[in-house]
Amino acid sequence: MAFHSVEALCTAAGAVPLWEAVLLDDCQDRGVARDASFSRMAALWEAMKQSVRDYDPDKRSACGLTGGTGAQVEQAAVGLMSPFVTAVMSTALKVGECNACMGRIVAAPTAGASGVLPAVLLPMQKARGFSDEEAVRALFVAAGFGQVIATRASIAGAEGGCQAEIGSASAMGAAALVSLMGGTPEQMSFACASALQNLMGLVCDPVAGLVELPCVRRNVIGSLNALAAAELALAGVRNVIPCDEVIDAMRAVGDSLPSSLRETGGGGLAATPTGRHIAEMLSGHTQN
Amino acid sequence: MNIFDIMGPIMVGPSSSHTAGAARIGYIARRLLGCQPARAEILLHGSFAATGQGHGTDRALVAGLLGMAPDDPRLPASFELAHKAGMVFSISNTVLRGAHPNTVLLRLSDGAGQTVEVNASSLGGGRIRVNAIDGMEATFTGDYPTLIIRNEDRPGQVAEVASLLSWRGVNIATMQLYRDKRGGLAVMVIESDQPIQQNMIEVLRTSPGMVRVTYLNPERGN
Ligand code: SF4
Repeated sequence: MAFHSVEALCTAAGAVPLWEAVLLDDCQDRGVARDASFSRMAALWEAMKQSVRDYDPDKRSACGLTGGTGAQVEQAAVGLMSPFVTAVMSTALKVGECNACMGRIVAAPTAGASGVLPAVLLPMQKARGFSDEEAVRALFVAAGFGQVIATRASIAGAEGGCQAEIGSASAMGAAALVSLMGGTPEQMSFACASALQNLMGLVCDPVAGLVELPCVRRNVIGSLNALAAAELALAGVRNVIPCDEVIDAMRAVGDSLPSSLRETGGGGLAATPTGRHIAEMLSGHTQN
Repeated sequence: MNIFDIMGPIMVGPSSSHTAGAARIGYIARRLLGCQPARAEILLHGSFAATGQGHGTDRALVAGLLGMAPDDPRLPASFELAHKAGMVFSISNTVLRGAHPNTVLLRLSDGAGQTVEVNASSLGGGRIRVNAIDGMEATFTGDYPTLIIRNEDRPGQVAEVASLLSWRGVNIATMQLYRDKRGGLAVMVIESDQPIQQNMIEVLRTSPGMVRVTYLNPERGN
């Protein structure tokens, strides 16, 4: 019970589709009926959609650093990216900003990385007309891969750096996209592995210790990386290092990150002169 | 870890540990008091003290004390709502020896003589752990159906509770006992595999020697 390797996950997906293998395992694991498992995931999907609908471009975070960029990117319509890709980017920003501004989001896998899954799935649903049921199935796929990452490595920035949050979200999103597009379990594992290896080593360095900077924007890169990894896998490009080995490597990299790069707000962007200045200003604010 | 530890919770941002976990701690403390607090003293330790304001830890704790769940959209307005509800609260920083970085000490009173002091930590992902109640060690997470029984420390009390539960077919998963040497009070923390029926909790409440019985049912989100 509970998948400990992508290999086991893909094997379980022999008789039934991968999303269903994850669902059946959940039913067994928690002793619940099929409907209960599915509707709980469906509620998460509904809440993801709601978080995008609820986005308020005028809202700012408690410290005033964050807000408005999701709408800004959408409205500017720069034209460098296709409208679809721009929609992915702005959705990632919207959910990230919603989270920073104390809006309601789904922490999947974490609050900091909550923009990635909605960003890869929602514009996709709109562009290609996938049903809600198909999207929920894709979330089961994301959950299955996420479970392996969480058990073999970590999904917490404080433990494994941002590779464990945005990296994991991206890998989960990549696998989910492949499943949505009708790819095979093997292609899902290639997509997961390649998304994860692209973000390997990403450090967790939030300015002033707040889930805002760089967190909100990293949701954009996590989403675009998921799209790229899924496109590669669906094109038939194989990943050389097996997914489980990539996950293990991610863990080893996380373990060797100094604590200053694991959510302590002591390294990376947080330690830049501007980052420190912001932190000082905010702590002065707190004492008032 | 089950898949819904990875997917979810649905929560008000920005941080599962500093916001969602804090709301849950406030809520559980309220349940341990048994009603809405009239007064609350909130003492933040470690990272809760350092980055709590930017993460809305303060607002989340107050929201929990008001009975809100971590996904309640009214959470950011909790200070104003507490004010309207006549709940008086204070928030300050403290240092608790050896405590987890995300720890809070809550001192609550109902304004009519009932009080409770709860020491709890937020462990990440919205999961929490209560460390102590009224200064007595008492460890539980609320992830399972949990009974927290405060009773007079006297012989036979434990056996009585255990037999009552088993008689009603409740399988005890873990049971912990803590005693306050001076006060003659004890805390029993019982985690069970199945939810516990409301009428059984009423029976427990009216049994001799019981001071307070709290039941947390995670399936119903409380
Ligand atoms: S930088 Fe740290 S806090 Fe921000 S999203 Fe990445 S892991 Fe989370």
